[in-house]
Amino acid sequence: MRLFQDAALQRIFGILVAILIVASVVGYLLAWRQRRGAGTVSATVANLNSRVRAWWVMCIVFTVALATGGIGSVVLFGILSLLALREFLTLTPTGIEDHDTLLWVFYFFTPLQYVLVAVKWYGLFSIMIPVYAFLLLPTLMAMGGQTRGFLARTATVQWGLLTCVYCLSYAPALINLDADNFAGQGAKLLLFLVIVVQSSDVCQYICGKLFGRHHLAPNISPNKTVEGYIGGGIIATGLAAGIFWITPFSPLAAAAFGLVIVVMGSAGGLVMSAIKRDQGIKDFGTLIRGHGGILDRFDSVTFAAPIFFQLVRFFYHGGAF
Amino acid sequence: MIAGVLAATARLIAGGTVLWTEAPTPQPHIYIANHSSHLDFILLWSVLPAEVRAQARPVAARDYWSGGLRRHLAEKVFHAILIDRGGGGPDALLPTAEQFPHDHSKPNSEAGRRGADAVEQMVAALEAGSSLILFPEGTRDQSGNMGRFRSGLYRVCQAQPNVPVVPVHMANLNRILPKGALLPAPLMSRIVMGPPFQITPGETRDEFLTRAREAVALLGAP
Repeated sequence: MRLFQDAALQRIFGILVAILIVASVVGYLLAWRQRRGAGTVSATVANLNSRVRAWWVMCIVFTVALATGGIGSVVLFGILSLLALREFLTLTPTGIEDHDTLLWVFYFFTPLQYVLVAVKWYGLFSIMIPVYAFLLLPTLMAMGGQTRGFLARTATVQWGLLTCVYCLSYAPALINLDADNFAGQGAKLLLFLVIVVQSSDVCQYICGKLFGRHHLAPNISPNKTVEGYIGGGIIATGLAAGIFWITPFSPLAAAAFGLVIVVMGSAGGLVMSAIKRDQGIKDFGTLIRGHGGILDRFDSVTFAAPIFFQLVRFFYHGGAF
Repeated sequence: MIAGVLAATARLIAGGTVLWTEAPTPQPHIYIANHSSHLDFILLWSVLPAEVRAQARPVAARDYWSGGLRRHLAEKVFHAILIDRGGGGPDALLPTAEQFPHDHSKPNSEAGRRGADAVEQMVAALEAGSSLILFPEGTRDQSGNMGRFRSGLYRVCQAQPNVPVVPVHMANLNRILPKGALLPAPLMSRIVMGPPFQITPGETRDEFLTRAREAVALLGAP
């Protein structure tokens, strides 16, 4: 797949870089004005600027991954899965007797899932974790001999593997999805997913800051508001329709897929917030500056990717994975 | 070079949050931490800033670090102070408190003599401008509870009362590499460096060791 000779891809990357340049300049000017006025930069602007910097990094990493064709994206998401899983399992109540189980999860099931994506074995890809790992993990943990908190320990390890690895692996699997009249161009479906999910996150954040009045779920996330959720959702859905030309969809279908991605992405953010709240922490990790951890940034992708993949596969045939 | 790569690898596998109460400096300090995994030693060493790490000397058991590659790493890369185990269980790093019941300056038992040698080595390293990384429990604890601190720390601080002692709490290491495990599970650790303290004049051994142990334990409290 000669992605960089693809006119649609060149255009979308041009647009992304232009947006990031504008965001960087605006952020720089805001910080400069505040520094001249008050002498210090407010937390909101500092947060905005570190988010923009992190976006640059993500944009460059994604470009490199896509430029290497399928395998680069598979490796990239494999690493993201490992990092997200690590953040997730660090917080689970597993003990030292579960060490063997954790080794299986980190060094066997996670790499295997991405190998299955790389070799395009859809049949096993779609059931390896929900069937085989699901049954093997509690067996291993029972053999560890510790019964205290058994169901909680087993469930959290399975849940971590399902969300951080199984669900997230659907994103690079989009590359293998030969949709009707779109064979070999699955990378653009992945790009569509990531752009819509991430812009929905950003738009909801900005709309929430600007117009937020009513809390969406005050017990779970004090920052999420109804206004931010709806405003950001509408903008991101419109944006999805606006970039229909990188997908096999009509503008209307692109908007519908955009809406599904936005709703599922928000659901992922909400669920992960509930988990964090339960564990008494704000962020899962400290790897990306301004973004909390990997899991904080990709929680929405984990929920949106499998549904998007399965819907495209259903409606656009897909078939030969 | 090797040191930098090893430190980066340790941080990659088991790194996580590192919190400092006071900014680290390369001047001599004694870092004392709870001990729950073979990784403790390497990870604590690897999260120190490079210029502090270059001056830091972990204190470790000679018999564990005596084989070819291990010995090379211990001597050339970690600049470890290798001491003979002074009894108190197969995994003890420092003589037990019981071996100095009256704090004699010239202990006459074999284990006591080895303990005194170890203290001399550590004091000499501090005098030469190095810092120490010390696990005063001696042995690794699996339960998550800290064992009692051994007296070597007290004797070193008596000899060098002006060297600040930095309490360090390392969490999650026993899940990353429990006793007997070969491969580490790449979970995240949490390392908290507390406020430095010093031995006060007239402080007894038990008072000082209890205070040091509580300083470490306090950092691990949620």
